[in-house]
Amino acid sequence: MSTARVGVVTFPGSLDDGDAARAARVAGADVVRLWHADTDLSGCDAVILPGGFSYGDYLRCGAIARFSPMMAQVVEAARDGLPVLGICNGFQILCESHLLPGALIRNDHLHFICRDQRIQIENNTTAWTKDFPVAHEIVIPVKNGEGGYVADDRTLDMLEAQGRVIARYVGGNPNGSYRDIAGITNESGTVVGLMPHPEHAIDTLTGPTADGLPFFTSVMSFLNSAGHRTDAHAGVTA
Amino acid sequence: MARILVTVMLKPEILDPQGAAVRNALGRLGLTGVNDVRQGKQFVIELDGDLDADRDALLHKLAAELLANPVIEDYRLEVDAQATA
Amino acid sequence: MSTTTRVVDTVQRAATTPDIEQPWADLGVKADEYARIREILGRRPTSAELAMYSVMWSEHCSYKSSKVHLRQFGDKQPKTDALLVGIGENAGVVDVGDGWAVTFKVESHNHPSYIEPYQGAATGVGGIVRDILAMGARPIAVMDSLRFGAPSHPDTTRVVSGIVAGVGGYGNCLGLPNIGGEAVFDPCYQGNPLVNALCVGAMRHEDIHLAKASGVGNLVVLYGARTGGDGIGGVSVLASESFDATGPAKRPAVQVGDPFMEKLLIECTLAMFQAHLVEGIQDLGGAGLSCATSELASNGDGGMRIHLERVPLRDATLTPEEILMSESQERMMAVVRPENIEAFMDICRRWDVIATVVGEVTDGTHLQVFWHDDLIVDVPPRTVAHDGPVYNRPFSRPQWLDARQADEPTAEKLPRPKTGEELRDALLSLLGSANLSSREWITSQYDRYVLGNTVLAMPDDAGIVRIDESSQRGIAVSLDCNSRFGALDPYLGAQLALSEAYRNVAVTGATPLAITDCLNFGSPEDPAVMWQFAEAVRGLADGCLELGTPVTGGNVSLYNQTGETAIHPTPVVGVLGVIDDVRTRVSIKGGRIGDVVLLLGTTAEEIAGGEWLHVAYGHIGGMPPQVNLAAEMALASLIRAVREHLTSAHDVSDGGLAIALAELVLRNDYGLSVQLPLQTEAFIALFSESVARAVVTVTVADVDAVMAAAAAAGVECTPIGHVTSDAALDIAGCFRLEVEQMRQPWQAALPAIMA
Repeated sequence: MSTARVGVVTFPGSLDDGDAARAARVAGADVVRLWHADTDLSGCDAVILPGGFSYGDYLRCGAIARFSPMMAQVVEAARDGLPVLGICNGFQILCESHLLPGALIRNDHLHFICRDQRIQIENNTTAWTKDFPVAHEIVIPVKNGEGGYVADDRTLDMLEAQGRVIARYVGGNPNGSYRDIAGITNESGTVVGLMPHPEHAIDTLTGPTADGLPFFTSVMSFLNSAGHRTDAHAGVTA
Repeated sequence: MARILVTVMLKPEILDPQGAAVRNALGRLGLTGVNDVRQGKQFVIELDGDLDADRDALLHKLAAELLANPVIEDYRLEVDAQATA
Repeated sequence: MSTTTRVVDTVQRAATTPDIEQPWADLGVKADEYARIREILGRRPTSAELAMYSVMWSEHCSYKSSKVHLRQFGDKQPKTDALLVGIGENAGVVDVGDGWAVTFKVESHNHPSYIEPYQGAATGVGGIVRDILAMGARPIAVMDSLRFGAPSHPDTTRVVSGIVAGVGGYGNCLGLPNIGGEAVFDPCYQGNPLVNALCVGAMRHEDIHLAKASGVGNLVVLYGARTGGDGIGGVSVLASESFDATGPAKRPAVQVGDPFMEKLLIECTLAMFQAHLVEGIQDLGGAGLSCATSELASNGDGGMRIHLERVPLRDATLTPEEILMSESQERMMAVVRPENIEAFMDICRRWDVIATVVGEVTDGTHLQVFWHDDLIVDVPPRTVAHDGPVYNRPFSRPQWLDARQADEPTAEKLPRPKTGEELRDALLSLLGSANLSSREWITSQYDRYVLGNTVLAMPDDAGIVRIDESSQRGIAVSLDCNSRFGALDPYLGAQLALSEAYRNVAVTGATPLAITDCLNFGSPEDPAVMWQFAEAVRGLADGCLELGTPVTGGNVSLYNQTGETAIHPTPVVGVLGVIDDVRTRVSIKGGRIGDVVLLLGTTAEEIAGGEWLHVAYGHIGGMPPQVNLAAEMALASLIRAVREHLTSAHDVSDGGLAIALAELVLRNDYGLSVQLPLQTEAFIALFSESVARAVVTVTVADVDAVMAAAAAAGVECTPIGHVTSDAALDIAGCFRLEVEQMRQPWQAALPAIMA
């Protein structure tokens, strides 16, 4: 079987695109760099929207990136089951695109915060978390200025009831997220938004831990299990 | 009750990167002829009772010094007549 | 439909109206400088020429007061093969092996950061990043050395919160990890905070780019942000000369940075380098187009013609003089062959960056600037960029220094802690002090992870970033200064800053290679300040010669004073080192239960200028610690040689051994059981700030090997204890402090100041 292709989208102002690409590569993916202005998903089996400050985060984080030609493709493909991981700014773009409910607002303490954060993985059935043990606690960096997850109570209750809160902050909430939410998923468990940065924790040389790597190996396992690969490009990489 | 709207904008001569980014986005999304966009913020302040002269003066002072950064921003203060009983 | 009728002050008009009064004095030009401009040109300057000369001959751009002293960095430059590009370019370039070159530089943005702390600090970071980019390098990390006024002063929180948010806001948005620096509080910086920003970049040797415009017919391209009226307050006198009606619009004194634009500029510029589309390049910083055009032209082999009306403007009312002077941020100028211009423009379009051909390289010798059809500047570019005035300002050792140096902090005069309890309290008060407490309130606002190559960052002694993922080659950088040492003796103070930065790099296992400096002083017109400056430069040049590490570039910031009171001499020194495999770095973090703690180096009674004296008495008097660069080199090569045996290492500096040990415990959550050497008074052993010392931990099995290596290297090596599991610092016969007892004041201090 050919290696799964994981695309990493670069928007003007993306910063962690190289790190996300490295993490996916370390997890075994054939990484494809996607450009915001292009309209071709290049046969990717999964897509990562990396962290950063797309368009300077000037209007609202992710608000302008959401309208890019590439996002139109990603949104359409995600609705058809394409696994998408949005990290930090990518999470914000997913919310602005309405692939995930809720929004991310300025940290409650009003400062940018970068620290090593304890996180509990609460749902290990999604495309991006299936390699984690149940209720596993990890430490990965969190770094954001507008990382407070908010939604109305009805939405929050629904997310909880459906097990769609995939990760929660432990040992101190870094940004005022409602219910300590660090990450959520869509109904099918293919689209995941995550405020902390697993791509910065793939080895202990450059990260606090290697706890972030399973996010990237998870999607490889997911894609390699039957029926989740798009067939269109099978000939391309074979 | 009085409702006061304070709009804070960067001074005209100060670079507004936010506005520039939004201007470009509007153009990309098909709105032609966008000459300039300036992004600011608005504070909606609700007060018990009337806005008397003392409070008005203090409000102007605080708008100038607290709500706006006088080095780079101007403010405009309006009383929302409809909401002000 | 403007009612103003502008008289364009052309070269022709200047030649025919020699007697027009010009506002040279208002522009800060001295009478003899104005006379010299007239002599150079053989006529009076046009208003545009006067604007260019005034800004390029300013202290900030011409280094006219400091130049005579800075020459020592070249004259005393140690023999080294590592220096690929030296002083004089945008930044120096150092060979770090395997075909890799690294460029780094520190630059001040002090005064703007007092006026508007957020934007001042932000644009300081932006400026130094463009300097590094202009050398052809990808910027890979930033650092910041910050100095603020008294923690208790009502204005300090405004300055600290704005500056820290500005450094973070800009650097975070650019995607550059902030890997370290300093933050120091002292009343001498109350009206003169210091923001010294460092950037480091990496490239392959063949990618080095220089600021020169050569090749007749090549195009001069301005790209990046539009030009606005930023930072041209002083030049508006010229504009008002030229208007006959209402006068110019108000010009902002504050420059606003756009880190998003700068990020685009970085990616766009690197793409051009990769495609070999750039013949010469210069960033636009202080003095804007005046500087970029005159520098590029004077370093090239021909002349240059600029059509100023083509410059894209943010503010249509700008006059040509103002356009030449504008310090609008996030702009670059490149020299491009005509056959490459389409490819160049394609890359700019891809990144949404505005680019405009504003001129071309000519076969003449002059820099000519046109405003529509009028020639408004016609000058030999070297006279603007390089042949500015040079001052031999008078300097003399201030008489008060004798009394200060004689004011030794003896035990009789300033009683010291003696009992265990007093020593314990002294340590706690240092841990809770503004300068030694946890920097986390600041550093947690900086992204240290982005780019995925950060191996060490604050609170480690030096920052380390990997530059090559396949070979694991990396670089280490530290930025240091204790300005109280400079206040006691500027020559030694500069050497002590060098000594500490060198040691901080060395304790990580890296090899120090080169220096950058940011020399922050008061007014050069005060002979005492000028003497401090001269002494600091002499000390730094002598020190670099002895260490074999050349100064590659840097920055001078003068006039940091309020009224008659200057800041302490603050020569901030950045040391760059190389480490061939970042996996072998040594960190403060490390050490296992049972490991032996070794003190490397020799401790003498050296209290003056140190942190204990500062916290306990605020006393400035006596002589600073003795400089011993030979000992620093011996320590550095020892650590390099035995680094695989070291489970952790930490330099001993501010606050002495006591603080070094406490920081190990706080970082590692283990305990240390320590027996101080009997021959030294406990207070001296704990709080002296003698140089060339480090504490390291080694496994029991490796102790003999490290001791033997130390003996061979001539470094005193004293086993002083071991790592324990009980999470406390236990100094036998003195005191015992639980880690949480230390953590509380250490963590609470900065948030309390900022509350």
